[in-house]
Amino acid sequence: MSKLSLVTKGFVKDNPTFALMLGMCPTLATTTSAVNGMSMGLATAFVLILSNMAISAIARFVPDKVRIPSYIVVIATFVTVLQLLMQAYVPAVYDTLGLFIPLIVVNCIVLGRAEAFANKNSVLDSALDGLGIGLGFTLSLTVIGIVRELLGAGSIFGYKLIAGDGILVFVLAPGAFLVLAYLLVIFRKYILKNE
Amino acid sequence: MVACLGCVTLVCAALLGVVYVYTEDAVSAAQQAKSTKAIEAVSPAFDSLCEETEADGRTSYYVARDAEGANIALIVTAESSKGFGGKIKMMVGFLPDGSIYDTSVLEHSETPGLGAKATEEGFKGQFRGFNPFQRKLSVVKDGGDVDAITAATITSRAYCDALQTATDKFNTLSQEVFPKPQQEEEPAAGEENIEEDTRNE
Repeated sequence: MSKLSLVTKGFVKDNPTFALMLGMCPTLATTTSAVNGMSMGLATAFVLILSNMAISAIARFVPDKVRIPSYIVVIATFVTVLQLLMQAYVPAVYDTLGLFIPLIVVNCIVLGRAEAFANKNSVLDSALDGLGIGLGFTLSLTVIGIVRELLGAGSIFGYKLIAGDGILVFVLAPGAFLVLAYLLVIFRKYILKNE
Repeated sequence: MVACLGCVTLVCAALLGVVYVYTEDAVSAAQQAKSTKAIEAVSPAFDSLCEETEADGRTSYYVARDAEGANIALIVTAESSKGFGGKIKMMVGFLPDGSIYDTSVLEHSETPGLGAKATEEGFKGQFRGFNPFQRKLSVVKDGGDVDAITAATITSRAYCDALQTATDKFNTLSQEVFPKPQQEEEPAAGEENIEEDTRNE
């Protein structure tokens, strides 16, 4: 597999949200607006790249019996690093995402890539895989966020496009399921099929 | 096996320690900036700020001073657990005469688009210059002087509830913060109104 396709496969073929259907909890909960979705995606991408690299580096030395605990320790460390960095430099984003930052530890995309890819591949390939999957996740969350924000609040990235209140349900939890379902249909029927 | 897990945790702990030390100052600076910004939003322009701890020893209040060192505003934090989604925590700035300079919500979990409108100008603007010692701090539906948010009466009530707590705090603190001659008549009028409020709740 070429280096480039390692990155690009995360966008369509192995798209974590629409193709692999992983990490649904943050997908549904943090996409109330485009900015929130994008921040969550980038935060996950950060953890994914670093944990993929670290795990592919240590995989050879870790006995099978303590494999999962070791991986979780590595992932939790990078999540805490991210949490400290966000608290220090982007406190506003940290406040919005709140609880969902520590929850990246149990995001199945991160452990999933560690198990499925990083522990069998080189550090560089794992980093590229993390980058591709991370950006794919960011893209999906941003698209869901854009649709929900546009329908629910009449704005995109905070810029008001349609006057008035919008269709409130799209900002609430049921709207997350509706938007995800329709985008999934569109993605699977028109984009994934052509790959 | 144990050695391996031990090594992994040791390296991770070391990494966390390093990052913590490097970000410590920036984190506290960011938190400081956040609370200063919240205070500036609810207080008239001040020259210096003095933080005092309340009688309960946990919460604190702030006294804003002008260039001459006179106390110009008292800023207290208050919360209500009667919100639709849980706790509403807010910061309220009082002028010496007991009127509210401005209010600001620090934390809430109200419904977006409905209760969350409490943070918007349309609702919170009405409290600018509101004197809780002269007007009634409850929604119109309950016989008060506060216009509730459409379809979010519970949030509006909780907002008033938190403001009432803040007003009570102002009442207990105002004597020492603003020891002025005009103060003599103010607390008396205030107590009267507060009693009335509790009866109606």
